[in-house]
Amino acid sequence: MAIRITAEPMRLTIELTGEIDHHNAAVFRLEADEAIQSSLTPTVRLDFGDVTFMDSSGIGFVLGRYKIVESYGGNVEVINLSGRLYSMMQLAGLEKLVTLKRKRK
Amino acid sequence: MKPINEMKLQIESRSVNEAFARAAVAAFAAQLDPNIEEISDIKTAVSEAVTNCIVHAYPENVGKIHITATIYENRLFRVRIKDKGCGIENIKQAMEPLFTTSGGERAGLGFAVMESFCDKIRVLSKPGKGTTVVLEKKFSSRGAEND
Repeated sequence: MAIRITAEPMRLTIELTGEIDHHNAAVFRLEADEAIQSSLTPTVRLDFGDVTFMDSSGIGFVLGRYKIVESYGGNVEVINLSGRLYSMMQLAGLEKLVTLKRKRK
Repeated sequence: MKPINEMKLQIESRSVNEAFARAAVAAFAAQLDPNIEEISDIKTAVSEAVTNCIVHAYPENVGKIHITATIYENRLFRVRIKDKGCGIENIKQAMEPLFTTSGGERAGLGFAVMESFCDKIRVLSKPGKGTTVVLEKKFSSRGAEND
């Protein structure tokens, strides 16, 4: 598991890799929030393209980042979702809060 | 129903064991030659149940989690996740999507995810005694000719 962060003036991209569960989410959260709070970009993009497993902790992770970004008026995009992760996030109603984009085949 | 094979596992309720628990159950299920979706379903459901034990059953201490995976005839797979933690006061409420007692970053979707990825789920709980979650999934017939 690792996290890669790319900062541009208007957009912060956070790439998650490996498995997101309750244990790993705590580490991802810490690193992501540090980057978000120090840049406060209008768009925060969460890239799930290299996520190999996710349980509901992944949904909690997106919700938590949404709350922070929303609090300063920014928006969250979740990109490169596999069909499975996309439907889990839909099940949770996340598409009402953030932009969900599937992985291109 | 006749059991064909069974695996028992006991782990401590440490979050670092979540990945091990789901991988171990998935590895045991592999003998049924499930497809990738079915393996992901099992891994996700087990991960939710084990996380519940760690976060809710033993919130202040480390306790034991007992996992039993059983293969029955007709490709039926059953996983029992049992703890001797604090138990659930109101099971119906606990299973409602988005309900959570822990706040923070828990989405309150653990049971909803287990329900959506398994064919059947049963929850038995007694406050102060512990909780048992039973997950059931029937694997598709792919690979059945190799049995």
